[in-house]
Amino acid sequence: MQQLLTTSLTGLTLGMVYAAFALALVLIWRSTRIVNFAQAPMAMITTYVALVVVDAGMSYWIGFVAALLSGLVLGAVIERVVIRPVEGKPEINAIILTLGLFVVIHAVAAIIFGSGFRSFPAPFGLRGFEAGGVTIALTGFAVFTICSVVVVMLLLVALFHHTDVGLKMRASAFNQEVSRMLGVKVTRMLTLGWALAAVVGSLSGLLIAGGNLVYPSYMDSVVVYGFVAAVLGGLDSPVGAVVGGLLLGLGLSFVSGYVGSDLVALASLAILIVVLLVRPAGLFSHATARTV
Amino acid sequence: MKRWTKQMTRIAGLITAGALVAACGAGGRPSSGSNSSGGGAAQVGITKDTVTVGATFPLTGVAAPGYSEIPTGAQAYFDYVNANGGVNGRKIKYIVRDDGYDPTTTSEVTNELVLKDQVFAMLGALGTPTHTAVVDFLNSEKVPDLFVSSGSIQWGDDPKAKHYTFGWQPDYEIEGKIIGQWVAKNMPDAKVGLFLQDDDLGRDSEKGVRQYLDKKIVKVQRYTAGNTDVAPQIAALKASGADLVLGFNVPSYTALSQLVALKLNYKPKWFYSNIGSDAELVGNLLSKFSEGAVHGTDPLDGVLTTAYIPGVDATDNAWAKLWQKVWDKHGKDGHLTNYRIYGMSEAYAFVQALQAAGKNPTREGIVNAVEKMGNAAGPPLAPFRYSADSHLGISGMRVVQLKGGKSNPLTPVLVTDIGAAPIKEDDSAAKDSPPASGIPEVKPAG
Amino acid sequence: MSSVAFGSLTGRLRRTPLRRNLIGGLIGLVIVILVLESVSPFRQGQFATMAYLGIAVGGLTVLTGLNGQLSLGHGALMAVGAYTAALMLHNVEKPLPLPVIMLLSVLVTVVVGAVVGVAAARLHGPYIAGATLAMAVAVPGIASFFGDTLGGEQGLSVSTPEAPGWFADAVYFLTAHDITGTKYLAYIGWIGLIISFVLLANLSASRVGRTWRAVRDDEVAAELAGINVGRARVKAFVVSAACAGLAGSVMAMVVRIAAPSGFTLTLSLSLLTAVVLGGLGSLVGALIGAALLTFLPQTVTGLGQSLGLTDLQSAQLAPLVYGLTLVLVILLAPAGLVGTIRNAWRRRQSPDTGSIHPQQEATP
Repeated sequence: MQQLLTTSLTGLTLGMVYAAFALALVLIWRSTRIVNFAQAPMAMITTYVALVVVDAGMSYWIGFVAALLSGLVLGAVIERVVIRPVEGKPEINAIILTLGLFVVIHAVAAIIFGSGFRSFPAPFGLRGFEAGGVTIALTGFAVFTICSVVVVMLLLVALFHHTDVGLKMRASAFNQEVSRMLGVKVTRMLTLGWALAAVVGSLSGLLIAGGNLVYPSYMDSVVVYGFVAAVLGGLDSPVGAVVGGLLLGLGLSFVSGYVGSDLVALASLAILIVVLLVRPAGLFSHATARTV
Repeated sequence: MKRWTKQMTRIAGLITAGALVAACGAGGRPSSGSNSSGGGAAQVGITKDTVTVGATFPLTGVAAPGYSEIPTGAQAYFDYVNANGGVNGRKIKYIVRDDGYDPTTTSEVTNELVLKDQVFAMLGALGTPTHTAVVDFLNSEKVPDLFVSSGSIQWGDDPKAKHYTFGWQPDYEIEGKIIGQWVAKNMPDAKVGLFLQDDDLGRDSEKGVRQYLDKKIVKVQRYTAGNTDVAPQIAALKASGADLVLGFNVPSYTALSQLVALKLNYKPKWFYSNIGSDAELVGNLLSKFSEGAVHGTDPLDGVLTTAYIPGVDATDNAWAKLWQKVWDKHGKDGHLTNYRIYGMSEAYAFVQALQAAGKNPTREGIVNAVEKMGNAAGPPLAPFRYSADSHLGISGMRVVQLKGGKSNPLTPVLVTDIGAAPIKEDDSAAKDSPPASGIPEVKPAG
Repeated sequence: MSSVAFGSLTGRLRRTPLRRNLIGGLIGLVIVILVLESVSPFRQGQFATMAYLGIAVGGLTVLTGLNGQLSLGHGALMAVGAYTAALMLHNVEKPLPLPVIMLLSVLVTVVVGAVVGVAAARLHGPYIAGATLAMAVAVPGIASFFGDTLGGEQGLSVSTPEAPGWFADAVYFLTAHDITGTKYLAYIGWIGLIISFVLLANLSASRVGRTWRAVRDDEVAAELAGINVGRARVKAFVVSAACAGLAGSVMAMVVRIAAPSGFTLTLSLSLLTAVVLGGLGSLVGALIGAALLTFLPQTVTGLGQSLGLTDLQSAQLAPLVYGLTLVLVILLAPAGLVGTIRNAWRRRQSPDTGSIHPQQEATP
């Protein structure tokens, strides 16, 4: 019973983080039809920015904001400078490009920040609490994780559905030609899409780092899990990303707890294969698959 | 025309590729070092005024916290010795290569050290899984593999098969035995859980512990170095009701296990083996996690561990004073830590071995010299076990308890050997002091 | 003889792809022998590394360049080959003959490759990239889980096999040099590379290769023309998996260990870099890519050290160069090094689509 509870709570917390990451991937996919494999090192390097701030003696929250801001800037710059030239070209180009970015950002982080394992602070405490003889392995930080992801999602929903900018972004993603004709500055919306996605990605990076060891490769497996979560929910669907993330987090936590933590990556691969064979469009997708 | 172009492209490409890589092979002529040395010919890695030694260490990766400092200590001591004329007029050149605690990389960089850098000997290469990957290669290439920085028994329990390899620190099996015996005597009712690294480090330790605690072990959990999620293991230990956990792991995992235990509200007594128990290092890792709420060395207060060389906290000890002097003079960034002292102590042993090998050291010669070093006076608290039948190193240690960054001894120096050998008290080596110059004065071995 | 007769002789030799490739292979063998005999043992080891990387990159470039399937998981397939070979060479008194071991590694990897290929055949673009990425991350974990048979994190150590008597004699006869363990491995690797490259080149120029290209360029048209798209894709995947398995078995012997840490995502990404750099589909490019993977890190690290970076920072310069290469090649020269040179050599009639895939091959 105890183990079931602990495993579920861990899975829920982790699931929220995967949901955030998957959300970032979906945002970029919807606007530019590219899967941003470089999202993981982007999040990693913004977390290092926060670490530098914290090491300099400032509070965690300033580091937090610094990370999110640097994510915003990084996403915008990357879209504008690196990705713009391949939008609309064959998709293999974009994939290789994001993989190249993956490697470059990794190496830059290792050069500037070193490859050592550094610990990262976690506000709100790391102690689980007892309730009626059962330990609730929900630390203060875990609660913060869940809340912050929910808040971000609500903000995004508000942005997309209740603001002008959000409407423009959705229009650009839906049909670039028509939007352009209607006066929407499509390229600017694409940049904004990448910037926002990068902020969400940075958030997931910070949440994973809290109370854990940070090193240049620490987000690498998350790009796999985030991708699987996004595919599970449907690459086109933000709601799907969240649901997919939660389901994946729970599933992987159970594998880790009851089978063995070495097989977690294999389990995610299995889930991915099953989804792609049974329902390739994902659980929540509206698009119909093109069959040959 | 097109076919010809294609054919020419192919040939030109092949020739270009071949020429390119041949041109890259600037190390063209087979150097004299590639001959297996016959008697009397120039020894690999030794010249008139230098002797070159190499080592592989995890300067990056999960084992880097702490262990990456060891070579800086050794380098400082070698600088000290070189500044005082070196050994028999030769300066010691120390080449360190990073292997990231990754056996595949260890294999590659050891290749470089032996074939490209042409070292005379390997010194203090670190890691059980990592060095296992290269020990056969080093022995078949007849490279002295001195004082491996690891406690696996394979470095010394079979000198016939691994003639060139020597351990240095107490091996994990005798550490497990000494810890096991102490627990059996002082905590007879404990329910014991084991937290082990999933390789020879864990296996050898478990073998030693089981000699004394076999019936009392309620749960054994293993982790894979590199996978930082240890929550399932700690949760399993808690579920088993273990109230004393023996941890045989690298320092990052000491921090991780403490952290997860905090999250799960699990408060057993902790006994960490020596390699994972540096209070300052673990404290640093942990204090960051809690945003400074947990201070300095507090997290490990009350934790039990072992010690076999005088550490930073032994400020009255003559060896500790020597190390501080060496570090002040030749140390680079940072202050003296226990890991740096470990490096210096190994370096000291190497200088002893090199002196014992005589004015014109050979690879065979230094191996013979180490086999006769059993009673050499040095920083370790217990004597070495080197002989023709055993290449295992320091034979014992003390059990200590950590408090406020200092270690308080709970036992005298306990000495034993692998297998069924009994545990005895033996303080003789603990009384050694360094020579006034800080550099050993060993006569060449007979 | 008159020049006409000579011309027709070389013409006959050049006529079929098979003969052309065999001659290319023989010339390659001669170059290999010349080079290997004249360099130091350390360089021989590096050439052995270049050989197995070349085999893997060759297989991958055929898969990605000719068939359009982007696989990020070939590092994992190499692991399958490496572990198979390691299991047969670990703590074994009398190992099986080397060609048998390598063949078995290839077979096992082919089986795994077939399974993965069937799953991957239905996927395209980012989906296959993501799935193979997941595979690259997942497979090392399997070795850790089955720690008892597969050695866990510590891996399986592999003892270098000895050269059989007849081989050593042959080498001595040809070159008047004795054979050492390292040189033997280099020879094995390069012979394996030449054989697989000749086979790949033949496949590429044959009907199978044309089928693959057709599937890559337009699935619908290929189906209409009667090609079974799925089967073609699986076939291509299996061939590249065979190459990866062979490469893995050589790698296990060169590195003397098969451990999970040797098959990280970095390996798969490095293979991809070599493919992109050399130009998708080009075997010569694969060789150049493999050479860069083997020899560039040291050069770049030395450069970094002379620029004042620390050792650890300099070690990261090589990955930085790989990543920058990928980015810059896509942005500036999508056809890769060899492809760009080839394009410049040909007079192009049709505008460059800017695709990273090589230009449509004209009829043979």
